[in-house]
Amino acid sequence: MSDARQEIEIEVLRYHPEQDKNPRYQTYRVPFAHDTSVLQGLQYIKDHLDGSLTFRWSCRMAICGSCGKMVNGEPKLSCHTFLRDYYPGKLRVEPLWHFPIIRDLAVDQTDFLEKLENIKPYIIRDEKKPVSEGVYRQSPKELARYQQFSQCINCLLCYAACPQYGLDSDFQGPGIMALLHRYNSDSRDQGKDQRMPIVHAEDGVWSCTLVGYCSEVCPKHVDPAAAVNRNKVNSTMDYFLRFLSPRGANS
Amino acid sequence: MHVVDTDLAIIGGGGAGLRAAIAAAEADPGLHIALVSKVVPMRSHTVAAEGGSAGVITDKDTLDLHFKDTVSGGDWLCDQDAVDYFVAHCTEEMVQLEHWGCPWSRKPDGDTNVRNFGGMSTARTWFAADKTGFHILHTLFQTSLKYPSIRRFDEYFAVDLVVEDGSCQGLVAIEIATGEFVQIRAKAVVIATGGAGRVYRQNTNAGTVTGDGMGMAYRHGVPLRDMEFVQYHPTALPGSGILITEGCRGEGGYLVNKDGYRYLQDYNLGPVVSEPTPKTMELGPRDRLSQAFWYEEQAGRTVDTPLGHAVHLELMHLGRAKLHERLPMIYELAQTFLGVDPAEQPIPVCPAVHYTMGGIGADARTATALPGLYACGECSSVGIHGANRLGSNSLAELCVFGRVAGEEAARFAREAKSSDSAALTKVADAIERGALGLLAREDGVDRIATLRDAMGDTMEEGVGIFRSAEGMQASCERIAELKDRYRRVHLDDRTRSFNTEWLTAIELGFQLDVAEAMAWSALKREESRGAHKRLDQFDKRDDQRFLQHTLAFHRPDGPPRLDYQPVTITRLPPAERVYGGAAKKGVLETQGAKA
Repeated sequence: MSDARQEIEIEVLRYHPEQDKNPRYQTYRVPFAHDTSVLQGLQYIKDHLDGSLTFRWSCRMAICGSCGKMVNGEPKLSCHTFLRDYYPGKLRVEPLWHFPIIRDLAVDQTDFLEKLENIKPYIIRDEKKPVSEGVYRQSPKELARYQQFSQCINCLLCYAACPQYGLDSDFQGPGIMALLHRYNSDSRDQGKDQRMPIVHAEDGVWSCTLVGYCSEVCPKHVDPAAAVNRNKVNSTMDYFLRFLSPRGANS
Repeated sequence: MHVVDTDLAIIGGGGAGLRAAIAAAEADPGLHIALVSKVVPMRSHTVAAEGGSAGVITDKDTLDLHFKDTVSGGDWLCDQDAVDYFVAHCTEEMVQLEHWGCPWSRKPDGDTNVRNFGGMSTARTWFAADKTGFHILHTLFQTSLKYPSIRRFDEYFAVDLVVEDGSCQGLVAIEIATGEFVQIRAKAVVIATGGAGRVYRQNTNAGTVTGDGMGMAYRHGVPLRDMEFVQYHPTALPGSGILITEGCRGEGGYLVNKDGYRYLQDYNLGPVVSEPTPKTMELGPRDRLSQAFWYEEQAGRTVDTPLGHAVHLELMHLGRAKLHERLPMIYELAQTFLGVDPAEQPIPVCPAVHYTMGGIGADARTATALPGLYACGECSSVGIHGANRLGSNSLAELCVFGRVAGEEAARFAREAKSSDSAALTKVADAIERGALGLLAREDGVDRIATLRDAMGDTMEEGVGIFRSAEGMQASCERIAELKDRYRRVHLDDRTRSFNTEWLTAIELGFQLDVAEAMAWSALKREESRGAHKRLDQFDKRDDQRFLQHTLAFHRPDGPPRLDYQPVTITRLPPAERVYGGAAKKGVLETQGAKA
């Protein structure tokens, strides 16, 4: 916040479960410099203007995934988005769309966390290898098959961007599909059979209507839309394979 | 108040807390485990660690070398029994993470790769590009979902420990979303709440790194040990303090002053080398590099940026392809936050507070002086870092000692007896009343930010990279004044649901206590060692008087009572710390002796 000369208007959605029936908007004037992020703007408000403004944040370097907000209608990491890019216009900050609001800009993430648990996001092996036997070999090529999908920071921007999830929150959604694909594509994993039913299900990949906005807003270039589509291929293959292989028939 | 009964409670859902939870669940599947964290675990600050995690793996390396690097890196203030245990168990933890799915960077043959790191005499730092902490944290978090006995309390803010009949029997937490209190009764508690870097103004740490666990243990009579040793990381972005990993230098980056001169050669870190060379130039230890920056700044040889003085980190000669493969996050951070393309231009960097070497005093099995209370990870002082931690020893630490804490606490929980529940509830009710008192206060004066910034400034000024009696004394007095003003801290928000202003006020209370322990421990250490560097008459190491740990004991009204504890030295007697050419000679001798 050095060298602050200009001021920008930030309009923030406010909602307090103990006091408000409906959300409302409140506007603050915030000084900013070239390097001031939207998050720093919100922190300025909280520190100096209004201590009741509520939002999550932590690392302020785009890796913890806490600070996602809607900024002028687009899902953004607020630490990674800069006030200069909105000046001289004003800025409207809202909680991520498609999630219940707890208070102000903080949303309820329970749905995502429950979905995450359901996909068994860990290495599943038929037989455990003892640690004393050392690491599994994994070539750089094998690593590259899932590496991109392992970069997901669970920031939920893709869920705020996904029209299908907005219509029906039973849909597994882009981030979960990317993480599921991450484990299914890992050469060390043998748990694909346990995860594919989630892919096939009505609220699995086939609910995706191919908008692709999830990949556009992803701050880590995970490209969840690609994961969803690769799973469509996998799901189709599995469908036909079940007529051929006895193992597929049991899954 | 709502009551939850469990066997083992773990406070903190970062790397150490998750590793402890998994270890406890594996040690005893019948044990009920509560994992209490003020953020959803994958938001914890472990996520921001970049460079890597140590573990001896190559043919050139030995446990003995890792031991010697760590002990000399810590300027002989390490407990050598703890270091021996640590180095012997790092590698199996790295392999375990690999089995759990950590996407370690690989060599062409599919084996895991290692890189050079500061103060390490050979490449032993396992890495997952430059997002090692992120991948370790997500691997541990996702793996923890396998264990049904781990019950998570995400976004529950731990307010205090419940101590009764001389043992720790749980905690009281606030469910953040509702502001309701819950008493979590447990037979053993592990604190894994991370460091306290946010007591300084310019730091690399996430907003959550406020020393909560340290403050809690300290107020219950557990000493904070070696708190004067605060690590400045030599390469952070000016202003924001965002971390630029040591991995940049491990991969071959240079540090130059405003004249384009690799100034580290003037600080006993030469000879100048073009390739990354262990313990030489840019791969010297963090305390020495941060101190060298300070001298360059005094001499007017730093670069002026709008956000303060800096030196230049040059990565251009590594080439764009290598930067993309090995340092993709740094590449992106430099572009986003500075508008600098590191393949074309240098990155301006300066030191920022990064790590608390000290912490909750614990033995090499993570037990504290309070029965039933264990500590692991950055919040603890199990004795391995001494006066200066080596980069990549802390991710390894949270695995090695996270596991120990989980197993030890599980064992204790199986045998422990609980006090009468009415007595525990009485303690819990008092804790609730105390925390609600902050909300009820009508006569608040200072805003939280005013006190927090004043604390950060005085710690920076008096207890920074270089220290003097006068400056430290001034900081001690200033902290005392701020603690007094904290009694009348003003809150705008008196409601209960998701009141982060209230929680920040509680955190500030912990921070002021921790800051006070740091400042007094520093003032009374009348020597220079590792990260505690004095400019007054105590500018040399003094093994005669200070080859010992500082113990700070909390006193409710006044500065801490200080005591001292001998350092465990088993096989490496104190010697001079040498880096650069001199150290290389030492390594060759060691290798010669081995051969």
